[in-house]
Amino acid sequence: MKKIILALTTSAAVLGFAAAASAQDKTKICFIYVGSKTDGGWTQAHDIGRQALQDHFGDKIETPFLENVPEGPDAERAIERMARSGCALVFTTSFGFMDATIKVAEKFPDVKFEHATGFKSAANVATYNARFYEGRYIQGVIAAKLSQKGLAGYIASFPIPEVVMGINSFVHGAQSVNPEFKVKVIWANTWFDPGKEADAAKALVDQGVDILTQHTDTTAPMQVASERGIKAFGQASDMIKAGPETQLTAIVDTWGAYYIKRTQAVLDGTWKSEQMWDGLKDGILTMAPYTNMPDDVKKLAEETEAKIRSGELHPFTGPIKKQDGSDWLADGAVSDDGTLLGMNFYIAGVDDQLPK
Amino acid sequence: MRIELERRANPSLLFSVISPFLALALTVFAGGIMFALLGKDPVSALYSFFIEPLLDIWSLHEIAIKAAPLILIGAGLSVCYRSNNWNIGAEGQFIAGAIAGAIVPVVFHDWHSSLVLPLMLIFGMIGGALYAAIPAFLKAHMNTNEILTSLMLVYIAQLFLDWLVRGPWRSPDAYNFPVSRDFAPEAILPELVSSGRANLGFVFAVVAAVGLWIMMRYTLKGFEITVLGQSERAGRFAGFSSRRMIWFSMLLSGAFAGLAGISEVSGVIGKLQPVISPGYGFTAIIVAFLGRLNPLGIIAAGLFLALTYVGGEAVQLTLGVSDKVTRVFQGLLLFFVLSCDTLIQYKIRLVFSRFRQTTEGGAH
Repeated sequence: MKKIILALTTSAAVLGFAAAASAQDKTKICFIYVGSKTDGGWTQAHDIGRQALQDHFGDKIETPFLENVPEGPDAERAIERMARSGCALVFTTSFGFMDATIKVAEKFPDVKFEHATGFKSAANVATYNARFYEGRYIQGVIAAKLSQKGLAGYIASFPIPEVVMGINSFVHGAQSVNPEFKVKVIWANTWFDPGKEADAAKALVDQGVDILTQHTDTTAPMQVASERGIKAFGQASDMIKAGPETQLTAIVDTWGAYYIKRTQAVLDGTWKSEQMWDGLKDGILTMAPYTNMPDDVKKLAEETEAKIRSGELHPFTGPIKKQDGSDWLADGAVSDDGTLLGMNFYIAGVDDQLPK
Repeated sequence: MRIELERRANPSLLFSVISPFLALALTVFAGGIMFALLGKDPVSALYSFFIEPLLDIWSLHEIAIKAAPLILIGAGLSVCYRSNNWNIGAEGQFIAGAIAGAIVPVVFHDWHSSLVLPLMLIFGMIGGALYAAIPAFLKAHMNTNEILTSLMLVYIAQLFLDWLVRGPWRSPDAYNFPVSRDFAPEAILPELVSSGRANLGFVFAVVAAVGLWIMMRYTLKGFEITVLGQSERAGRFAGFSSRRMIWFSMLLSGAFAGLAGISEVSGVIGKLQPVISPGYGFTAIIVAFLGRLNPLGIIAAGLFLALTYVGGEAVQLTLGVSDKVTRVFQGLLLFFVLSCDTLIQYKIRLVFSRFRQTTEGGAH
């Protein structure tokens, strides 16, 4: 086994050098974005990571990118274009690029790919993701403390495990404070559509929620929350500018350190396909400053964060019942990663049916 | 001094030939100014926008992929527009064709046979034609405005597809992501040659366009289309029925759009998903007019618009400009084509004499 690994790493190293040599003097580290790099959310967080990467390595690397690449046939062309243009490493930063990334990777075995949030990998395709649900749990705790009605609104994108996991974690965190806490969900069916996201936010506020959280990419829901005078959580980037009086905190994706680490591996020739799923303790996500809340809530949020960081608290710790009333986790039991990554059910307290 | 547009006695032959090229030159020139204003070297920008994609076999394939639906839809639309039927809903017919064609690989996914693909293509054409039959019926028998009805049916088709892939046709193995099952290999439109991704859809497009060109030029039907389009009354004297022409042109363009839809889904995407077209049905309207409603011109126009898509990506990558550049180019192009076409019917006259101005002034 050791021998195989050694053989693999050396061949990877040789390939790495070959790739580096062919790309003139600067190594090209490339990025594909699903949205605009100034969307104020998901894509902007990746672009900040890219800039951090560029600053770290300076003249040694180039970091070209393509933005607003639709998920579908155009994605495959965009990724192939990157591979052909001499990129040593390509980061494809949206779930919907998964099949396209795998297809192109088959054609370009010497180019390395990293796909964010997917579940398919290959010898030259790594995946990376963050345990966003850790941040969701903290948000749930805050929401339950602050909500007068015990009801939060959740703007969700697609009913994939990643999103369902976030909703469940939010609810479970809230129920650790208020067992009666409920959450209403609206499926926007998009990652990036300010109009639809704002409509969903308005609908939720009209239904009486007094805290808003979102799993979509733009600041539109934050702006609606500001207009309607309720509190909200930011997503992917710190959205405090969109709601200075509104944002409680935000889950901030901090990809920079990961991008630097993986680029270093390519430069050193030690890159290997891995499935990275790091959390708060690794710094892949951070919580934006806790604002617009009383000091005791802030203190509780910070304590919860510290517990998750130290590993003392896993957000999915039993007892947890599923929405249909059946048992999921026994008292003190902790969910395994496999269940989370394929999560296809709600826990009790979610006022919604998963789209069938 | 003033500039006046003066109607020509006869349309200018010279300008009807050179107007598209003039428009192209102006587009490139204006684009160059835009790149210069963005602080990029205009020459190298235009090179990577318009020339570089033509030098790589790979990107030629990509241009063919992008051009196929544009040509196919645009050619069908040209028959509509020539006969004075304003089908704006090709995007909806594209989607309807994709859905109808996908019935075979999605609903009957256990059926493996070499008949799958031909059936899909036929279903796709029928689906597109049936969807175009709605505005055709409404126009022919209810006298409604087909511009409105066909356009509004686009949104219905888009939302119906959206519902299908989130509901009944959602794949059981896609982790709840709104996509249909992947099509089986026998439901995939084959690639043309092994050097790239271009598929049979491009052949359909070229064959269809050439076929239409022959029809328009050498057959009675082509004459009928032209006559009815130019003067319905004259057509009636010749014994042509404008009602039958509504049906013919709408069903034909619908079938072409439907074929484009199923070809795109089968050859490029390989499954249904909420969005299957970046607006091909609407861009094809530009293509139809850029090609002067002549099917052969439409082939060239479709290839050129495809080049703006592929080239737009290239400049994004090499120069780091925004992806909006592609849209700007397409908008510039349409603007210049329409304005240059004015020169066919009108000529520009510079008026130096102040005589008429003063008489106009005196008329107050």
